[in-house]
Amino acid sequence: METRFTRGKSAILERPLSRPKTEVSVSAFALLFSEVVQYCQSRVYSVTELQARLSEMGQRVGGSLLDVLVLREKNGKRETKVLNILLFIKVSVWRALFGKEADKLEQANDDDKTYYIIEKEPLVNTYISVPKENSSLNCAAFTGGIIEAILTHSGFPAKVTVHWHKGTTLMIKFDEAVIARDKSLDLR
Amino acid sequence: MSRQSNRTTDSKKMNSELFTLTYGALVTQLCKDYENDEEVNKQLDKMGYNIGVRLIEDFLARSNIGRCQDFRETADVIAKVAFKMYLGITPSVTNWSPAGDEFSLILENNPLVDFVELPDNHSTLIYSNLLCGVLRGALEMVQMAVDVRFVQDTLRGDNVTEIRMKFIKRIEENLPAGDE
Repeated sequence: METRFTRGKSAILERPLSRPKTEVSVSAFALLFSEVVQYCQSRVYSVTELQARLSEMGQRVGGSLLDVLVLREKNGKRETKVLNILLFIKVSVWRALFGKEADKLEQANDDDKTYYIIEKEPLVNTYISVPKENSSLNCAAFTGGIIEAILTHSGFPAKVTVHWHKGTTLMIKFDEAVIARDKSLDLR
Repeated sequence: MSRQSNRTTDSKKMNSELFTLTYGALVTQLCKDYENDEEVNKQLDKMGYNIGVRLIEDFLARSNIGRCQDFRETADVIAKVAFKMYLGITPSVTNWSPAGDEFSLILENNPLVDFVELPDNHSTLIYSNLLCGVLRGALEMVQMAVDVRFVQDTLRGDNVTEIRMKFIKRIEENLPAGDE
């Protein structure tokens, strides 16, 4: 990820990071997001590419959001355990973004690297109708990107993909090393 | 047909951060995809226009506001009702031209630019240019051709953020042949 430094003494650095007072209407977001999806669509050839692009944009959002949330919700303390970072996402991140907790967090039965966050009616999909010919398209790929960035920047490299399953499911697959580290932490 | 009066502002609200950051991600993407700021400004305006064309429907349905009598009333509705409803802010309306066909919106706390800084190599980017397109598109749908542009922007070092709106003409309704 590219890094950019703030110029000298910027007024932005003096601004408090407390919760924003402003609220915008859901319609404003829905219309903006719809333009985002259409724009991405105009530059790709397949559903996979489209989802990759949406995810990439989500990753920018996630990258900017992480530090703010850690500061606000966790007093600046970062999570080191897999379960805790997942709960942080399910509760704090979801509340900050969508005003509610995610519906469900589950671990795959057969694989200790894989977790699912399940959301029946994700906000980003509320106003989107998926055309039949691209029925695999899920614009929650954007949310997936946000989560992937938050995990990766917290030191839990993972791939997040999105699927239609019990509503929308974000599948989180951690890198081998993350799980190995987690287990070694447990042993101590 | 009676309308419910309590529908006025019951649109759902959300935290502005997701909105701000999503917009930021979009602008970043456009800056990557296009060669220069001019092109990005144009693209933002175009996307805003698409939004405006759809947003006006939502706005009219929610606000119960009928046709505006003059441009002054239009300005008031935009600043006090529309901006409040969608972005949670109320810009001030100033600098009327003597003819009453031009005014400025002064934006404080523009939610699109929360914690945004323009890098030096993007000094001609009009970051919030989407808004111009939205206003233009929405007004076009109510038969007003209006020129909308940023004349000052705090992101580019000005003291205030100012959108200038100039009324061009009423758009005649073109009824399809045989529809009268």
